[in-house]
Amino acid sequence: MVNLTQLRENNSNIEVATKENVFEVSNLNLWYGEDQALYDINMNMGKNEITAIIGPSGCGKSTFIKTLNRMVELVPSVKTSGTIKYKDSNIFDPKFAVEDLRTQVGMVFQKPNPFPKSIYDNVAYGAKIHGIKKKKDLDIIVEKSLRDAAIWDEVKDRLKENAYSLSGGQQQRLCIARCLAIEPDVILMDEPTSALDPISTLKLEELVQNLKEKYSIVIVTHNMQQAARVSDKTAFFLNGEIVEFSNTDVLFSNPEDKRTEDYITGRFG
Amino acid sequence: MTIRANFSGELNELKVQIKEFASVVDDALKKAVECLYQKDVERAQTIIDNDVKLDEKELEINEKAILLIAKQQPLAKDLRRLIIALRISSDLERMADHAVNIAKATIRLGQDHPLTIHTEISAMAEQARDMVSLAIKAFEHEDISLARKLAEMDDKVDKMYNQFTQKLLTETASNPQYIQHIMQMSFSARFIERYADHCTNIGENIFYLVKGEAYDLNV
Repeated sequence: MVNLTQLRENNSNIEVATKENVFEVSNLNLWYGEDQALYDINMNMGKNEITAIIGPSGCGKSTFIKTLNRMVELVPSVKTSGTIKYKDSNIFDPKFAVEDLRTQVGMVFQKPNPFPKSIYDNVAYGAKIHGIKKKKDLDIIVEKSLRDAAIWDEVKDRLKENAYSLSGGQQQRLCIARCLAIEPDVILMDEPTSALDPISTLKLEELVQNLKEKYSIVIVTHNMQQAARVSDKTAFFLNGEIVEFSNTDVLFSNPEDKRTEDYITGRFG
Repeated sequence: MTIRANFSGELNELKVQIKEFASVVDDALKKAVECLYQKDVERAQTIIDNDVKLDEKELEINEKAILLIAKQQPLAKDLRRLIIALRISSDLERMADHAVNIAKATIRLGQDHPLTIHTEISAMAEQARDMVSLAIKAFEHEDISLARKLAEMDDKVDKMYNQFTQKLLTETASNPQYIQHIMQMSFSARFIERYADHCTNIGENIFYLVKGEAYDLNV
């Protein structure tokens, strides 16, 4: 009897280059007041990789993703312990400038949330705040961002129209364009397609995969097939802990932990 | 409420269908070998005629598995359960074809041939039939220790086949006038040997189901 899978793995002598990480999370614990929401989270997120976070409601996945740009601290009672290294600096370090972090780590939310402004102004907004004033420069940024967000062709003739005139799927891609305009390093996405129809969802998924070339992406999703389709690595969260974190191909085809298997096959959750 | 009770129920139904399919395939081999010994050409023809029903069973299982993949979007072990249902039904269909091939050999030999069919063929068939029942038991209980035994049993069938063909080779030298008949016997033994290989394929599928990795039991 021969294990063919093992044989193939032994025979593939491809050297795996040591991946650069954008985030290195070590022993992260988080409390909302007295209630602990995250327990000893340890995981690294690779540069130019898509990391998916899955888990049932209330498992801490949204809390975790919001910790990565310290947005979670907008809740006053939040306490944390442990470290999150972003490019070798601990983001919890008092000297660490949280504004810089949020410039470099952009976020896209569950429901599209464009500003009540024109399509153009939505995308130009961040650049203006960062001191870019010349119309010509702003034009370049707006076009590039809209192109990268795969929505340019749909909006190029209506840039002055209010962003609310767009469909939900278009609004979400506009929000991604707005996020790209300030040239972030990492994009955090918290259930970005949960309010979208199936076609818009697939468009957004394709966009996410294309964005990987330039950005590192962390995506929280309730849609198992979406995580399986788009991500390189997947973490399964349960009750504030990581149950399993591995290559997406492995996690969805042959997970190690029984709880992961039960969750992804819909036996609980 | 158990989550996905319907899906679990449908997976069970598929399992039952595969077990039933295996049982009729086994029956086809049993009858085919009986016909060979009894020179029963007429009954051999019914095995051939009946094969279309077995082909339909394979189609039914495949259609059901494909529909479940589309509807339920299964992952991990659920997905592997459906993948192996497709593979096992295809192995069973090939096994039924080998029973048909033996029935055809019976017809080619005819009612009046002078040869006594060697006991080796029925011994091989018995071993192959034990393998099907073991393979299906392994499938039913998702038991790799049973599946592993199929490899040893298959080795035994291979050995029996090799010894038997050697014996037949000698006979062709001493009875060249019966070479056509002896060839039909040799073919029949070969069909049983292939039938047993398909049983080990079923065993490999059980390994894939349980371990999520590919194994070769045919070495």
